[in-house]
Amino acid sequence: MKEKNGIWKVIGASSLGTLIEWYDFYIFGSLATVLANQFFPKTNPTAALLSTLATFAAGFIVRPFGALVFGRLGDLIGRKHTFLLTLVIMGGSTFAIGLIPGYDTIGFAAPILVLVLRLLQGLALGGEYGGAATYVAEHAPHDKRGYFTSWIQTTATLGLFVSLGVILLTRHSLDIDQARSIAKFNDWGWRIPFLVSIILVGVSIYIRLKMKESPLFEQLKTSGTRSVNPLKESFGHRSNLKMVLLALFGAAMGQGVVWYTGQFYAQSFIENVCKIDFDQSRTILIWAILFATPFFVVFGSWSDKVGRKWIMLGGMFLAIVTYKPLFRQLLVLSDPAGKTELADLKQIKTTRVPLAGTSDTLRTVSRLTYYEDGMVLTQNTKDTVYAAAGKQTLKPEVKISKTLGTGGYWQMVLLVFIMILYVTMVYGPIAAFLVELFPTKIRYTSMSLPYHIGNGVFGGLTPFIATLLTTIYTNDALVGLMYPIIIAAVCLVIGALYINNRIDPPIEVPND
Amino acid sequence: MNQLKRLAGIIWLLLGPLAIYYLVKTAASEIAKKPVMDTKIQWGVFVVIFIPIAIGMVIFGWYALKGEYDHLPERSDELID
Repeated sequence: MKEKNGIWKVIGASSLGTLIEWYDFYIFGSLATVLANQFFPKTNPTAALLSTLATFAAGFIVRPFGALVFGRLGDLIGRKHTFLLTLVIMGGSTFAIGLIPGYDTIGFAAPILVLVLRLLQGLALGGEYGGAATYVAEHAPHDKRGYFTSWIQTTATLGLFVSLGVILLTRHSLDIDQARSIAKFNDWGWRIPFLVSIILVGVSIYIRLKMKESPLFEQLKTSGTRSVNPLKESFGHRSNLKMVLLALFGAAMGQGVVWYTGQFYAQSFIENVCKIDFDQSRTILIWAILFATPFFVVFGSWSDKVGRKWIMLGGMFLAIVTYKPLFRQLLVLSDPAGKTELADLKQIKTTRVPLAGTSDTLRTVSRLTYYEDGMVLTQNTKDTVYAAAGKQTLKPEVKISKTLGTGGYWQMVLLVFIMILYVTMVYGPIAAFLVELFPTKIRYTSMSLPYHIGNGVFGGLTPFIATLLTTIYTNDALVGLMYPIIIAAVCLVIGALYINNRIDPPIEVPND
Repeated sequence: MNQLKRLAGIIWLLLGPLAIYYLVKTAASEIAKKPVMDTKIQWGVFVVIFIPIAIGMVIFGWYALKGEYDHLPERSDELID
């Protein structure tokens, strides 16, 4: 019983810290637009450049570097102190972002400070996950490694869940009047989610400080068999490098694209392509995450019995064959064509504001259209009415926003839930899978790099590349899905051919 | 099965240079289409990040062709040199 309590303490301490790190990492992304206004004004090209660097560099370049830096440290000095350090760096950076005065107050120092702190966040995240997964796996009995590490796997999704929840809650609770509350949030309230982080990090540091070092690492330390140069042993020796490459191309890269398609591209697609309003597009994801999260544990646990390989590859296969129909259905649900309009309720409001210094006026037409299934379509058109006869705005500014009725809303939740279910299949067992590929003395370094290239680079680029494809091939709204489908398909073939389906192999316990 | 693994190695070996060619070609054409700093950074990052990964794919293909994946370790102690 004591031993059982011990493992739950290990899981609790590791998971809480990792959840907070993901939360910290995501709030920056979720508040990108607000932060851009505060720190990276578009009117200033240098500030805009720093913004692009902050977005790209932290997610895609720095994370793998963090994996190398902290992975090496974790194999040299131990797991406990290394992932404690990543937590301090992440928490400190997040809190500091919440304190930085805006561009209007301190000028260029603001975007530069934000960029530096964002890079530190990426670096810390690169070191955290491998440490937490390794730490839990090295405490777990060999036949329950998938089950116990799957709790760590829930944290990435729960971190996103908490970040969305905190942002929505803060955005709507700063004033009784909702419009004023949102304005206050955009002005100063966005700092709250960043500042709140320090309390969570403080609690997590306290808990982690009380934990002991991983027993397997302690054994290495006592026997004097720790790696002297983990980087060289991980990537300089063919026998290990081939496993790093297999982990990346046969599992991590497919997992990364499925992960980011289900949780980020789906939300971006619902908001920007389906034009569902800000709050609904986020609450749809929140519900889907809530319902799907237990399946990380289900698939992690199942992988202890049937092996990791086919569960992960099954998730990729389902994603490959169903992404297009699922996303097409999202479009159908949000498309007013085919829905019965309630013509009696239609509202059209026109306002005209004189433009200073001319006889022209700015005309805003707001159309509210109601449909039988409960959907409300809001269309705002802005154009200039010129005093001169015959002159008219060539391209009026049109903003469309839709609020789904109850039926459509829950159908969308179901569709996103299915996509996140695939995430749980590919992601639930992967920590145990990666841990089992590498020996203890270089495990932290070896597993962190393929994970962060797969998740951070292949996965993190999914929303950008998918959106980029839609701007190149403008006739097909689903063309963006080609990126995750192709990457997952290549990964599926490599995984199916080269990975062996090991079941319950002990970690370095000979003749078990 | 091992024969198939080795033969497929040729595909992975070729996929690396093909990916680099396609990436550089697309980057050059996209930058030429919209030569602003944002586009240059975005595509610059793509090229810098994906070229080493494509080289990794070539190495993976080479290992597969040479039969390095014919037998994979069944136990952790097999992983130690």
